[in-house]
Amino acid sequence: MEFRDYYALSQLYTEYALAIDSGNWDDWPEFFIDECIYRLQPRENYERGFPLATLAFESKAMLKDRVYGVRETLFHDPYYQRHVVSAPAVRKWQKDRIESEANYAVFRTKLSEPSIVYNVGRYIDVVVRTSEGLKFASRECIYDTEMIPNSIIYPI
Amino acid sequence: MSDEQPIFPEELTWERPDSSRIPFMVYTDEELHKKELERFFYRNHWNYVGLEAEIPNAGDFKRTVVGERSVIMVRDDDGSINVIENVCAHRGMRFCRARHGNRPDFVCPYHQWSYSRKGDLQGVPFRRGVKRDGKVEGGMPKDFKPADHNLTKLKVATRGGVVFASFDHDVESLEDYIGPKILAYFDRIFDGRELTILGYNRQRIPGNWKLMQENIKDPYHPGLLHTWFVTFGLWRADNKSEMKIDDHGRHAAMISTRGAAGKAGEVTDVSSFKDGMTLHDPRLVDIVPEDWWNGPTAVMTTIFPNVILQQQVNSVSTRHIQPRGHGEFDFVWTHFGFADDSADMTRRRLRQANLFGPAGFVSADDGEVIEFSQESFDSNPSHRTLVELGGREVGDTDHMVTETLIRGMYRYWRKVMEV
Repeated sequence: MEFRDYYALSQLYTEYALAIDSGNWDDWPEFFIDECIYRLQPRENYERGFPLATLAFESKAMLKDRVYGVRETLFHDPYYQRHVVSAPAVRKWQKDRIESEANYAVFRTKLSEPSIVYNVGRYIDVVVRTSEGLKFASRECIYDTEMIPNSIIYPI
Repeated sequence: MSDEQPIFPEELTWERPDSSRIPFMVYTDEELHKKELERFFYRNHWNYVGLEAEIPNAGDFKRTVVGERSVIMVRDDDGSINVIENVCAHRGMRFCRARHGNRPDFVCPYHQWSYSRKGDLQGVPFRRGVKRDGKVEGGMPKDFKPADHNLTKLKVATRGGVVFASFDHDVESLEDYIGPKILAYFDRIFDGRELTILGYNRQRIPGNWKLMQENIKDPYHPGLLHTWFVTFGLWRADNKSEMKIDDHGRHAAMISTRGAAGKAGEVTDVSSFKDGMTLHDPRLVDIVPEDWWNGPTAVMTTIFPNVILQQQVNSVSTRHIQPRGHGEFDFVWTHFGFADDSADMTRRRLRQANLFGPAGFVSADDGEVIEFSQESFDSNPSHRTLVELGGREVGDTDHMVTETLIRGMYRYWRKVMEV
């Protein structure tokens, strides 16, 4: 692995966080390849081997359906979210496929309210090289946060 | 302003003798909340605590709550299930900290008092004192009897793999408690098949616990708030449906059969309906009918006070309501399947679980509306809500254009609370 490879991976993590905090929801599926996995799962289920996730999508098309839900069908209190993501740790490096992970914390700020710690966890990722640069083949968000503060609407 | 009604009334007052207008104060008063805990959670009622499949082996336990009291549901050596209160008989410590596990016994770490899986006190360190220089120092009084200091034991009932408990050992049988009409819908899901646990979702909702019961006794909202239900015909005002309520008015079932998907016509001519909505990936609503449904595609059952049994097409779960004071509750979802499910069916149940839970396409907004209702209640408890859709009386209906189930719950609430 050369520095420019690690730099590209690090950029992917940072750009993802900035994109999902920007409110431009259509940007989110574009970080994934067509046949992808996205899972938002409680750590409890992950560690105990229970397959249930809070959200589990199996294609970029499903991510687009979620975006439609966020924008058009899910009534919710408006809020900002802000992700803080650690530098990725590389677990396995192949020419066109990387296994990596990172810690994350998401803060939520509702209108007229102070910011709260919203969701805290770990990304477990498979990143692949495509003609359009690095993309996620799989992103699992395994969260510690025991009680979700009412709801999760936007992508983590 | 007139001097008739203060914003913060001291007494609960009802606008009508029936239960069609509910004072905001039933959601805001801490004294009423304590009375609810006494009368609905700790006396005379059964409370859901879990599924047998969560603790398959002897010694397996799950920590949960009845009302606001911590309890442990544990599998005994003979295969039966005990529910014991998580309060050490010595100094009252909530000793069990793990939420699940397997143990031969329970030990309070503070002074090492140990209890069997039945909650019987087994060992008390230094009970007979400590011998030093031929002299016995300290120890419990001579009349100390371990049998007098067991953990609080709850009465337990299981049916079809579902576990209920009650602090009240004089409570009627679970079957009488649920009543024959609602028991039929309970047995429809829990017909003795072995269950498999798919996992949990946990959310904390800043609203009164009763609002979640009401949400699942309210067939008016799903086709209006939850766009998905309308577009895919999952829950729509023109669907064939029935509302069933038990004789007391406390438990209910909302039964519906999926109608035509797509264009909804006049009955759903509402702003939330999305005419052009299609899925990029139709697998999200890949519905395959199952024999045990016997027709209805959705049956939502509310067992008062603390559990909702969900069958929405292929997604089945229990939803456990856990109050935390008047203005907040924890909501724990246990999704499950059946041991004879094919791999495809399991995948389908998991996929459809995207519709439910704290981020679900048709559930995330239920928590939101509950939160915003509670905000109003707290700021002006003198006001009241209105539940008069379909009239002011209580009873079964063969349609969903009614709030009769909520009225039934408050008719019962008023009777038990004597207000």
